[in-house]
Amino acid sequence: MQTSEMTQTTADASEDLPLLRVSSATKYYGDRIGCKDVNFELYPGEVLAIVGESGSGKTTLLNCLSTRLAPTSGVIEYRNRQGAMRNLYQMSEAERRMLMRTDWGFVHQHASDGLRMSVSAGANVGERLMAVGARHYGDIRSTAIDWLDRVEIAEDRIDDDPRAFSGGMRQRLQIARNLVTNPRLVFMDEPTGGLDVSVQARLLDLIRGLVSDLGLSVIIVTHDLAVARLLSDRTLVMRRGHVIETGLTDQVLDDPQEAYTQLLVSSILQP
Amino acid sequence: MKTKICLSNVGKTFRMHLREGIELPVVDNVSFAVAEGECVILGGPSGSGKSSVLKMIYGNYRCPKGQILITDGEEIINVAQAAPRRIIRLRDNTIGYVSQFLRAIPRVPALRLVADPLIAQGVSEEEALAQARVLLTRLNVPERLWQLPPATFSGGEQQRVNIARGFIAHYPILLLDEPTASLDAKNRAVVVELVEEKKKKGVAMLGILHDHEARDQIADRIIDVTQFKAAA
Ligand SMILES: Nc1ncnc2c1ncn2[C@@H]1O[C@H](COP(=O)(O)OP(=O)(O)OP(=O)(O)O)[C@@H](O)[C@H]1O
Ligand SMILES: Nc1ncnc2c1ncn2[C@@H]1O[C@H](COP(=O)(O)OP(=O)(O)OP(=O)(O)O)[C@@H](O)[C@H]1O
Ligand SMILES: [Mg+2]
Ligand SMILES: [Mg+2]
Repeated sequence: MQTSEMTQTTADASEDLPLLRVSSATKYYGDRIGCKDVNFELYPGEVLAIVGESGSGKTTLLNCLSTRLAPTSGVIEYRNRQGAMRNLYQMSEAERRMLMRTDWGFVHQHASDGLRMSVSAGANVGERLMAVGARHYGDIRSTAIDWLDRVEIAEDRIDDDPRAFSGGMRQRLQIARNLVTNPRLVFMDEPTGGLDVSVQARLLDLIRGLVSDLGLSVIIVTHDLAVARLLSDRTLVMRRGHVIETGLTDQVLDDPQEAYTQLLVSSILQP
Repeated sequence: MKTKICLSNVGKTFRMHLREGIELPVVDNVSFAVAEGECVILGGPSGSGKSSVLKMIYGNYRCPKGQILITDGEEIINVAQAAPRRIIRLRDNTIGYVSQFLRAIPRVPALRLVADPLIAQGVSEEEALAQARVLLTRLNVPERLWQLPPATFSGGEQQRVNIARGFIAHYPILLLDEPTASLDAKNRAVVVELVEEKKKKGVAMLGILHDHEARDQIADRIIDVTQFKAAA
């Protein structure tokens, strides 16, 4: 068999289009770098993990991407449901708010930042539906029950408010609240941080199942490489505000190239 | 016979930053091809780079030098240069990989873990689970374990779950890294059968197999990787 028998095909016509495109995203806090010169594209159905030590700029980047924090410079574009690539920071405030409510979800590390703690679990989920125009009380309630069930919260807890929930339940409720509007892109900042290991495992399994069933695109910030391994297709490694290494998650973890990534990987037992 | 895998001049060196940046050359100028319906075994002593070659083909290790061409339907993809999502697509549809160790996923039962790759290829859940039962039965995994996550299984049980998971789907290319390492003779024989069945279906297989008996039964060719030894 001759090597020359095979020649590589280059163009791949079936490639779909990116959902999010990040070009030179930079955020300074005064003189201090939050994140600098970040470039990547996210495709539909992809799960991207952002890893790195504390203070490396993960949350800053996530907030810039999700329009929660205006970057100092750089361009972030999102493909809307009509297929047009839109510069997020050139949209009107109303347009951006609509994105946050419908197309996107944001799962915070602290559920209390993502939930309304003083209203019932059912209302926490129903509220998001009302924000996108649902009006029929019975439908809203049944959709809420359905979603609580999907995140393994028993129906009889629907009228309790989240203050009565455990950390793991609150986090699951926050996920239901975010997913009820069928978002296309979900941002997550350390969604399993601060939870017990067994509670974490259950939550991760739930997220993994939902992401694959719903075909979600996700950008997840985590300092836990095992979380990145379990959930993500691709990983960005950040250090001091810069993306220092990217690639398939298992490639970054099993064959890390940069000194810092090698250190990260070696400092845990088996990511 | 159609070529499915073709490596030319592949080289791999690990750079160990945590050990003063020393360089560990593993292989260089690796060139060989595997055709459909063929089972090629990589031979060579421990540490000679057999697993590294398989992992580069799967895109698990980066390939810094040379080309790794994979036939994917009508297309030919160079894994050494392919975008991550293209590699993911290859892994879903084209290249299967059976490693020695199972990576258990918390809370996912063995049966589901085995069925997953087939479901990912678009087969119905019911059909995939049925095929998973057949394979687990053939591999003598006790039925009482099927609904349990394999994290607590014995090494041999985990490996058999892993083999079932690797063989269930329809991959035109299959990479096998010591699939029989901790199996008894009876289960090794099952693996040999599974490989024979894949061969008949035209699957191109590239494997590492220390067990001589099994190797003699399934290998069409043995490639000694020491010939690709990198200059230190
Ligand atoms: N509002 C702010 N004002 C000034 N500096 C900030 C602000 N927010 C973050 N920083 C700084 O920017 C850098 C990046 O912070 P960021 O919160 O993005 O890190 P992180 O990677 O999310 O860390 P962690 O893992 O601890 O959450 C840090 O040096 C941090 O001190
Ligand atoms: N991720 C890695 N980082 C650094 N060095 C590595 C890595 N993977 C493999 N190596 C080194 O590369 C060399 C080849 O390893 P490899 O696992 O490919 O050998 P092998 O032929 O499969 O051996 P065995 O028969 O023992 O499985 C070894 O020296 C090994 O330590
Ligand atoms: Mg943070
Ligand atoms: Mg090996």
